[in-house]
Amino acid sequence: MSPGWSARRVAARLFAIAAWIAPAGVACAAEIPLSERRSGYEQMSSDLKAMQDEDTSNPGMLWVLDGEALWNRKTGEANRACADCHGAAHESMKGVVARYPAFDSKRSMPVDLEGRINICRTEHQKAPALAFESKELLSLAAFVAQQSRGTPIESNDERLESFIEAGRKLFNQRQGQLDLACAQCHDDNSGRKLAGIPMPQAHPTGYPVYRLEWQSLGSLQRRLRNCMIGMRAETYAYGSPEYVALQAFLMWRARGMLMESPAVRP
Amino acid sequence: MPRAMINVPAKAKRGEVIPIKTLISHVMESGFRHSSTGQVFPRDIITGFVATYNGEEVFRATLFPAIAANPFFTFHTVAVESGTIEFEWTGDNGFSGIEQAKILVE
Repeated sequence: MSPGWSARRVAARLFAIAAWIAPAGVACAAEIPLSERRSGYEQMSSDLKAMQDEDTSNPGMLWVLDGEALWNRKTGEANRACADCHGAAHESMKGVVARYPAFDSKRSMPVDLEGRINICRTEHQKAPALAFESKELLSLAAFVAQQSRGTPIESNDERLESFIEAGRKLFNQRQGQLDLACAQCHDDNSGRKLAGIPMPQAHPTGYPVYRLEWQSLGSLQRRLRNCMIGMRAETYAYGSPEYVALQAFLMWRARGMLMESPAVRP
Repeated sequence: MPRAMINVPAKAKRGEVIPIKTLISHVMESGFRHSSTGQVFPRDIITGFVATYNGEEVFRATLFPAIAANPFFTFHTVAVESGTIEFEWTGDNGFSGIEQAKILVE
């Protein structure tokens, strides 16, 4: 499935919503009350739920298995594996991804999971950074994220506040040729249908996610780009601080919800 | 060797109908897509899947370009005796994958 094709389809769908939202003027997003938040999982068909629930049928597990092999493989000039510092991932990485993006005091800014993996690679393994959306990076991210499956999302680091605020601003900011804000679909109209497809509340509980439309695993950044292309907005470059701020906001917005990586989504 | 996952019950009663599930990593490039410059991505799919139970064929499938990436198969068979169930996938460009699972029948 070509990216152009799916982007056009999303754009067509969003155009339909823009036509009836736009006259409302300013985006007047009402936040979803904590008790009414739902994972996108709950909007899926029973077949898709079953696909996610069982490891043998969840294609995301193929990346998890690859990631486990990479975790134990020595690499870079330091000739060190992730496991040489972090030990067994099911202990050292348990619940970690439920707290990401996390504040990095050396950089005075938050880093997301993919960013952290690449920092580890370049600084500690002395290996080249992995390309965004490469099989290796997604595999490692999936393997690490899977260790947090079932853990409630935590977002209570005070140092993240200004970044969460920046993310909230982006989420509520109208953008692109369709002049839409994320919040218009995912806060104001979630649960309603857009061209027959239920709109999710956009909680990042299962990333990296196996998306049937992609026929592959993909990161939260890829998903955010997808929505922006659909809004006919200019996307940010992979790894840009805007994506990290949006992720920090989305994780704060989903605080307390359970991680389900690697999730399956249509 | 491509990454595959197999789910076969480790133990079963003689005569019991058992579910078997398999998942294998493969891009299943249909051969119908093209790049932005019009270049066709050549077809690269799994074309065949066979399951044998102690050497006897119990399930066979032929795959075509419309099948999604990372094909998943689930089927049932009768647990007749202890032994090995072997799965083999074959496809374009010499693709081949073999996995085995042991089953204990009491």
